[in-house]
Amino acid sequence: MTSQQEVQLIAAVIAAACALPGVFLVLRRMAMMSDAISHTVLFGIVVGFLLTRDLGSPLLFLGAVLTGVLTVSLVELLNQTRLVKQDAAIGLVFPVLFSIAVILISRFAGNVHLDTDAVLLGELAYAPFDRVVWQGIDLGPRALLVGSGVLLLNLGFIGLLYKELKLATFDPALAATFGFLPVLLHYSLMTIVSVTAVAAFDAVGSILVIALMIAPPATAYLLTERLSTMLWLSVLLGVASALVGYWLAWALDVSIAGSMATMTGVLFAGAFLFAPERGIVATARRRTRQRWAFAQQMLAVHLHNHAGSSDEAEECSPAALHGHLRWSPDFAAQVLQRAERNGIVRREAERLWLTEQGCRLAQTAGAG
Amino acid sequence: MMYQPHQPHQPPPRPPAAPHAAVPAIAVSDLTVAYHEQPVLWDIDLHVPAGVLLAIVGPNGAGKTTLMKAMLGLVKPAAGQVAIFGGPYRQQRQRVGYVPQRGSVDWDFPTSVLDVVMMGRYGALGWFRRPGRNERDLAFTALQQVNMEAYAARQISQLSGGQQQRVFLARALVQAADIYLMDEPFQGVDAVTEHAIIELLRELRAQGKTVVVVHHDLQTVPEYFDWVTLLNVRRIAHGPMAEVFTEANLSHTYGGRTAAVPRR
Repeated sequence: MTSQQEVQLIAAVIAAACALPGVFLVLRRMAMMSDAISHTVLFGIVVGFLLTRDLGSPLLFLGAVLTGVLTVSLVELLNQTRLVKQDAAIGLVFPVLFSIAVILISRFAGNVHLDTDAVLLGELAYAPFDRVVWQGIDLGPRALLVGSGVLLLNLGFIGLLYKELKLATFDPALAATFGFLPVLLHYSLMTIVSVTAVAAFDAVGSILVIALMIAPPATAYLLTERLSTMLWLSVLLGVASALVGYWLAWALDVSIAGSMATMTGVLFAGAFLFAPERGIVATARRRTRQRWAFAQQMLAVHLHNHAGSSDEAEECSPAALHGHLRWSPDFAAQVLQRAERNGIVRREAERLWLTEQGCRLAQTAGAG
Repeated sequence: MMYQPHQPHQPPPRPPAAPHAAVPAIAVSDLTVAYHEQPVLWDIDLHVPAGVLLAIVGPNGAGKTTLMKAMLGLVKPAAGQVAIFGGPYRQQRQRVGYVPQRGSVDWDFPTSVLDVVMMGRYGALGWFRRPGRNERDLAFTALQQVNMEAYAARQISQLSGGQQQRVFLARALVQAADIYLMDEPFQGVDAVTEHAIIELLRELRAQGKTVVVVHHDLQTVPEYFDWVTLLNVRRIAHGPMAEVFTEANLSHTYGGRTAAVPRR
């Protein structure tokens, strides 16, 4: 495999791994927790390094995961005092841990390879050079192995606990009455988020971790009404963002992580505008359709109410619509045109007649 | 899409709700619940006999929802205990169905009506086991009971308030419990749904089930229920409607601020 292909494979695997727990973060309104965790893990990595003085030590990984869980606990602790709301608590906890990490790096580890640019954007392009070799056999890039492990872990976790996670996310109280321990599920999920963030952070940096965890699920949310579909669609969108982003970066000679993160945003914008049911365009179309339908119904009711009355001839003329219904002449003409075309109204010179269909429309108006 | 239910395999029948009348469906003793050392329920004692339709009534902040949550083990009491058919709630989970307040969940959650009703079976399934055909059939039958079967495949965000409430009721029915705890099921539903719900509650009582409802509308209390608990942090009164639902008790419960006159 060329290193180009390896970079793409790593990005795709990490995108898939991030999207899975991201779905639950989005549904639990905890999207910003991914932001916090993906930054504070640096604290765990630095502390782990200062204790072991070895960048390859598994203690760094463990420390990072623990910091992620610590972040969630601190945020919830602050939140439970009722003195700080959850979003503010996140904004308080994560800069503190992150900045302590930055201070520790600059004070004690300035000459070590732990630089703050890499923290934000990662160094995906170099990932293939950090390989795992076991007894002389090249097993592949470390990031790919770690990423695959995390992807399998996430698949296993959600596959095994799909029903429990779904209920605890939708209705935690009912989950608790059934004995499903929503608090335990919550912290398990947060541990999974931390593990994923740490693994992904190493290869792609914290900005891309957030983008891959939140944007694909938020996009899928606009496109489906099923949780299971939302899960696989998020994976698909994440992988697509990673691959398209990679080629875009290659073509434009720009940052790979930046380009991938941009693609997640582009896909979201696409769904936001063009999602078949909930997109802006579809909603606007529906509104317009409803506006015309409503106007025609109003016209029918108006004609129906004045049919047979003494002022019928005056009320039921095209000229009257403008004054009586307070429609602009233009709008009145358009409504009339549509109503005629739809067989609701018949026009004879300056008189308007409701057709049979128009009568029915007038009678059902307001009934449903 | 019409969904044809198979013969649902009903869960095995349980022993009668009250093996001997001495064991109450719910027994609350000396229950005190506090949030941040601020008591919301003070030393509550209640015995709810099996087979009654009980309303819990009281002003805002009286602790009605908290009492219900304490019965379900959702809040930890500072003192006292709750027994369900003589045992702790943990051992009787399957015998209690819970209908939380409609507003307590996110109705934009990506799921269908039938799927939400199936969630009522999750407790019986336990950890890890997935719902299957049997659960689908039970859920569909429960939707028929609340006249919502036509909405089975509908996404839940498309439901009106009354329809949401019916879906929640169906989700509790599918549990085939002996006790139903409902938190304001009449909140914000139209007259048709209210009527349908009360019919359903009476049907449950006729089957010997015990139904406890947090209720707000004093006017309908004597008509809908046969037992009542008047609550305002403390237990003001508790018992059969005729004995308890008196003007004096109500005035005591609401601090003399109620204009509602019991219709009897």
